[in-house]
Amino acid sequence: MKPNELNVLVIDENRIRAAIIEEGLRDAGYGQVTVIDQMHGLARRITDLNPDVIVIDLENPNRDELESIFQLSRVIQRPIAMFVDKSDEASIEAAVEAGVSAYIVDGLKQERVRPILKMAISRFNAFSRLNRELEETRSELENRKVIDRAKGLLMRSRGLTEDEAYALLRRTAMNQNRKIVEIAQSLVTAASLLDPGVKE
Amino acid sequence: MTMSHAITAGFVPLLDSALLVVAKEKGFAEAQSIDLTLVRERSWASIRDRLAVRHFDVAHILGPMPIACNLGLSAPAPKMIVPMALGLGGNAVTVSAALWQAMAGEGATDDLDARANGLALRGAIANRDGEPLRFGVVHPYSGHNYELRYWLAASGIDPDRDIEIVVLPPPDMGDALAQGLIDGYCAGEPWNTFGVLKRGGHLATVKAAIWRSSPEKVLGANARWAETHPEALAALLVALHQASIWCGKLENREELAHLLAQPAYVGRDAELLLPALSGRLPVGGGAVQSVGDFFVPTAKAATFPWKSHALWFYTQMVRWKQIAHAAEHQHIAAETYRPDMYRAALKTLGIAMPSASSKVEGALAVETPVGSSGALMLGPDGFFDGGRFDPDDVDAYIQAQHTG
Repeated sequence: MKPNELNVLVIDENRIRAAIIEEGLRDAGYGQVTVIDQMHGLARRITDLNPDVIVIDLENPNRDELESIFQLSRVIQRPIAMFVDKSDEASIEAAVEAGVSAYIVDGLKQERVRPILKMAISRFNAFSRLNRELEETRSELENRKVIDRAKGLLMRSRGLTEDEAYALLRRTAMNQNRKIVEIAQSLVTAASLLDPGVKE
Repeated sequence: MTMSHAITAGFVPLLDSALLVVAKEKGFAEAQSIDLTLVRERSWASIRDRLAVRHFDVAHILGPMPIACNLGLSAPAPKMIVPMALGLGGNAVTVSAALWQAMAGEGATDDLDARANGLALRGAIANRDGEPLRFGVVHPYSGHNYELRYWLAASGIDPDRDIEIVVLPPPDMGDALAQGLIDGYCAGEPWNTFGVLKRGGHLATVKAAIWRSSPEKVLGANARWAETHPEALAALLVALHQASIWCGKLENREELAHLLAQPAYVGRDAELLLPALSGRLPVGGGAVQSVGDFFVPTAKAATFPWKSHALWFYTQMVRWKQIAHAAEHQHIAAETYRPDMYRAALKTLGIAMPSASSKVEGALAVETPVGSSGALMLGPDGFFDGGRFDPDDVDAYIQAQHTG
């Protein structure tokens, strides 16, 4: 059996992440990939699909259900946890760190499954990185808005240029050992308290 | 104060995570120089995996699960020990309105009596056509699974033939019940109170009625961590012991409910947590029932990790064909629970502790003073069918359940 003949099931309630993993598996030549993002009727779906490998996000609250399905099932070949090979602690750790868990049908050689897990780990990590970057960009944008408003307040009330206003914010932040955005936020908050009509 | 022990503990958002939450929030951990980090998880599988890779040093865990892990029933699993229990009782069986109606027609009443309501359930099953009833439990290796099965079997219902048992996450139980996906479930709190008050369910019976003062969640520790950090573990046991006393005080009940209600912990309204703490449970249809010893955080040696509790769980693993009975398996189960560590950690406090590591379960009909070291009261601890479990005669118990 070539690797692309393996029947892979991806269970992930996060549809975007599931799509990213599915795409990765297809790109790597795995033709039989199914994605489940709805947990209802899980036992039936698994029985019907009879997957060789199951990849599931570690945070999924239905993992206990999934493991019990394996335990009870007499219909499907019994899948077992990916990490029965105790010598492979580094890869267990990498998977848990990335938030991936995997189950394989008993008897399947680890070498054949390891590339799937590796791919899932890297895609999970890429997805988290993407999320983190998005979050950082979002908060950076928010910060910049607050700083711009504080600069505007200083320029109007003290007749400073934009550069002078920024320099004042930065100096104050350094003196107080705080972040510029914190000083800016204090200023904006104070201004809105003193004059509720104040806008940027 | 400088912290000398950094400990990370996993927990699942349930009422009986209380001891860990209180140890952190009320300063008991800090007083023992512990920097305690609590991490919430959504499945027991996740708790197990993170214990295995040492993300967690210890965790709030189902009493039978460390035994199942040590028996190799649940890979990947770290070697685990149980140096302390996190209270007694706390579960209930909730059924749908339709099933309750059928049970009431067979004599079930609001008093939650396990015998009468079990027989009523048998009657309801006998009258039923079509698909078998489906009940949810939280995990195959859980007190929930075993007490539900014990109750059913002793009521003349075969849990594998007469009904179907499925595993679901506790927060999904109420919705599954309302949608008709399941007909009943055995879960911890606040999920029975939630099912009754928010999803039209009805309590059928409670863990305390099936087996009073019975084991539930425990503190599971990664054995490797425990071996290499004996002082940290001992300090944690002291902090948890003090937290358990705080949890057991009447005047702290409201505060405890509000602590647990926080989004970082159980994340549900305090109103859903108070019934389990007060033992006054909404049973359905606006009725409320007082339950003795519904959840016991500290009294009756509630945090003592009895080897007889570990062995009872083991007998149920054998009974329900999760593992074959063998002397070696029995030994592994008994050795998972570590009353010796509990005693060693708490001996400096001069508190009353059981001197035995095992007891005959179901032997005490009334509250009974025991031991020589002080005023320790145990029991009542009866099984509803009058059964007894003698940990010195595991073979006989397994044999009796096998033929019975």
